[in-house]
Amino acid sequence: MATTDTYPSPEAAAAGHAPLLEVDDLQVEFRTRDGVAKAVNGVSYSLDEGETLAVLGESGSGKSVTALAVMGILDSPPGFVTGGAVRFRGQDLLSLPEDERRAYRGRNIAMVFQDALSALNPVFPVGWQIGEMFRVHEGMSKKDARGRVIELMERVRIPAARERVDDYPHQFSGGMRQRIMIAMAIALDPDVLIADEPTTALDVTVQAQIMELLRDLQRERKMGLILITHDLGVVADVADKISVMYAGRIMEKAVVGEIYARPSHPYTKGLLESIPRVDLKGQDLSAIRGLPPSLTRIPTGCEFHPRCPYAQDICREKRPALLEVVPGRFSACHFAQEVLDDSI
Amino acid sequence: MTDPNALYPPAAALADEKVHPEAETALEAGTEAPPGAPQERDKPRSLTSDAWHDLRRNPIFIVSAVIIVVLVVMAAFPGVFTNKDPRFCDLNLSRQSPSADAWFGYDVQGCDVYARTIYGARASILVGLFTTLAVTIIGGLIGMIAGFYSGWVDSVLSRVLEIFFGIPLLLGGVLVLASFPSGPNTPQLVTVGKVVLALAVLAWTSLARIMRSTVIQVKHADYVSAARALGGGAARILRSHVLPNAVAPVIVYATIVFGIFIGVEATLSFLGIGLQPPVISWGVAINDASTYIRQSPHMLLFPGAFLTVTVLAFIMLGDAVRDAFDPRLR
Amino acid sequence: MGRYTIRRVLQMIPVVIGTTLLIFVMVWALPGDPFAGKCGDRPCPPQYVAQMTEKFNLNEPWYVQYFLYMGNLLQGDFGETISGMSVADELARTYPTTAKLAALAIFFEIVIGIGAGVLAGLRKGGFIDNLVLLSTLFFIAIPIFVIGYVSQLVFGVQLGIFPVTVSSEATFYELLLPALVLASGTLAYVARVMRTNLVENLRSDYVRTATAKGLGRRRVVGIHTVRNSLIPVITLIGADFGALLGGAIVTEGIFNIGGVGGLIFRNIRLREGAMVTGAVTVLVLVFLLVNLFVDLFYAALDPRIRYD
Repeated sequence: MATTDTYPSPEAAAAGHAPLLEVDDLQVEFRTRDGVAKAVNGVSYSLDEGETLAVLGESGSGKSVTALAVMGILDSPPGFVTGGAVRFRGQDLLSLPEDERRAYRGRNIAMVFQDALSALNPVFPVGWQIGEMFRVHEGMSKKDARGRVIELMERVRIPAARERVDDYPHQFSGGMRQRIMIAMAIALDPDVLIADEPTTALDVTVQAQIMELLRDLQRERKMGLILITHDLGVVADVADKISVMYAGRIMEKAVVGEIYARPSHPYTKGLLESIPRVDLKGQDLSAIRGLPPSLTRIPTGCEFHPRCPYAQDICREKRPALLEVVPGRFSACHFAQEVLDDSI
Repeated sequence: MTDPNALYPPAAALADEKVHPEAETALEAGTEAPPGAPQERDKPRSLTSDAWHDLRRNPIFIVSAVIIVVLVVMAAFPGVFTNKDPRFCDLNLSRQSPSADAWFGYDVQGCDVYARTIYGARASILVGLFTTLAVTIIGGLIGMIAGFYSGWVDSVLSRVLEIFFGIPLLLGGVLVLASFPSGPNTPQLVTVGKVVLALAVLAWTSLARIMRSTVIQVKHADYVSAARALGGGAARILRSHVLPNAVAPVIVYATIVFGIFIGVEATLSFLGIGLQPPVISWGVAINDASTYIRQSPHMLLFPGAFLTVTVLAFIMLGDAVRDAFDPRLR
Repeated sequence: MGRYTIRRVLQMIPVVIGTTLLIFVMVWALPGDPFAGKCGDRPCPPQYVAQMTEKFNLNEPWYVQYFLYMGNLLQGDFGETISGMSVADELARTYPTTAKLAALAIFFEIVIGIGAGVLAGLRKGGFIDNLVLLSTLFFIAIPIFVIGYVSQLVFGVQLGIFPVTVSSEATFYELLLPALVLASGTLAYVARVMRTNLVENLRSDYVRTATAKGLGRRRVVGIHTVRNSLIPVITLIGADFGALLGGAIVTEGIFNIGGVGGLIFRNIRLREGAMVTGAVTVLVLVFLLVNLFVDLFYAALDPRIRYD
């Protein structure tokens, strides 16, 4: 299964070395009162230096849980990693004891969260919080750390950084707070940055600014960026490749440009079709019928079959593997070729 | 003994748990069952029926509810539990220890402690009941008005609230009751009434706050704006939207505070300023028994135990009801 | 911070006026005989009535009375009993002991309460957690005089570890048991609130961020979570201080402590209303003052309040 699912970048494959970050057949489940929810059900993707991978999916698709498992900050209980591997430069992080694992966090792999207001500690000044990275990880003095913090804040384009270094999170606007979180995350120059819905809580204009900032920082520092989002629009400008997730599995993998014009999975197709378009004004909005399944009762066979217009009997019986439909395009669908053809 | 004014806002003190956010999303992601899966949730359940469903299985709820029922029966029909006359006292029997004749022994005056303890339930339950009712009605009304008609009405009422908040319950009770003393010649109803009034006047603030914040929350909800747009008047909105939302926190608070009032009344009676003879009350009994605590602890321990169990039962009941109503535990 | 302090102090003034007015009305101005219960079991002697009517201007309209009463209060005159004892003098004599008792009780409240709460919260669902939850429920429910007598009986009389009553010296050792009894209810409350706050904060987003930053567990809990959890507890300690003062009446009565509480306790039995109301009024004012300080302290800790 592994060889067909992982998607190493061409450069890495050519260079013959392990990708920067590799998630291999990851399985995560949540054990709750209402049953066991399989939140991540065999997810694999990889990331290289300078690459941006977009992980796309709705709430409940497992995209955030995968990221938390990569970081090793999944709340356990009720979440448990029950299979698979997470490799950073070849080293399997899941097999490491916690204190060794912690050494990677913040330093090599960093994460930015969605709601910066609740993600920042309200009772400490932002400078102090960013400075913590330097003081704790590198033993810097308060004075030195402060200097670096101001530099960072200026780098993420927070105006009047020197004056605002001692302000509290609630004194900043949403966009500024997000920049502060980003500053905190890139403080130690991590190799991988995971951004979990970094712009969802922001206005559209601010969204664009933040995405631009992320893109600049990535290019400047050659970071690998994993962008988790449900917004197709955000993905188009920034990502190199995209993985579409549904009900804990990856349904489609592709390079960004091609997937918009010619999706090879009914789910992706449904998502694209549901975006309101100016030239179709006056017509009914099309939406994927039905609702995402409860993860304690995932449908048999293909997870998407209850909602899929292409579904046949085989979809209910046999779970489609993620296979290469066309060179570079992977889809977990028995009728991937048909979907592809339908888009021409 | 804690001040009920300190009970709110730390209302979360007696509750726990919260469904884990990731698990929540994982579970929330849709309730449509795939074809072929057994039909589990057929009709939507309301919060109250869900709560009742959970409560029925909670052993703490059952135990405390049973205790309270027994106490209420004891208060209403003390004759069911004893055929002795609590007022019949024989000084020759003074301070005798428990025996087959008198299960709890005799007190200083030679009265049967068991009988007095049983009859004492009435005073405690009555004070608790009336005070809780008064506090709920007064506090509820004022809170509702303050929350609904914001602006200067709210400002004034909130200042009033702050002022009453500044007087701790026990201290205030002492103050009021010291100024309106009762004696052995005061009719029992008057004595009880004074205690109820004194406590109610001082303790309505917390409930007013609860009601006020519920009203404010509901007022800003979209469905209320919709109701108003459809021409709903104040009374209707209060009745159909505000009250149902307020029911849960008010019931929880009322149950817990019922127990606290019983405790405070007993404390005031113990101090000699609350209920007094000829009213039979646990607080008074403990007061009388205190001088002989070394020699005859039974005179104090039995009414003390009953008092403790009563207060505990109410508080645990309130605890259980709160957990049942807490939507975060779903 | 300075501006906030001034604002709070200014806000306090109408509350103080309102509260003293309320007390004044309850004690002196409600319909009925204002002298009922102020002179023990007997009706007050005519000279006393005449003297007090003169002194408190009871023939004047109530707002004038209140004004003059406040004037007296501010000058430290809290009234007199018929025997001519000055309430203020008695208070001055007794308050040091109560201050010691209260300080000790608050110390226990903070140390044991917060400590137990943190331990319970950190090991949620464990043995300590359940123990704390159960025992705090008991201590909250059981009225303080029951706890007082039972402890006196068990620890004083039967086990003999602590003295049964407190001498006029009121040494710290003697005050230990009474302070524990006094603190029991509020301590239990503090433990519960601390526990709940800690548990909730441990689940919060910013704790997840702190962990994602690679900070160790000790730092995440000790620095990030504890401070956030402590803040509401501070308010609680302030609000509960009123219950503490009330409880002092009971505790000092049971253990025969010569403080303000004991003063009130004895004078209730003697039906000396003047002493009782005077002393309780002072306690209420102390409570208001303490609450003001607690509010300011809270603002110092939680920046969100200050910058409103």
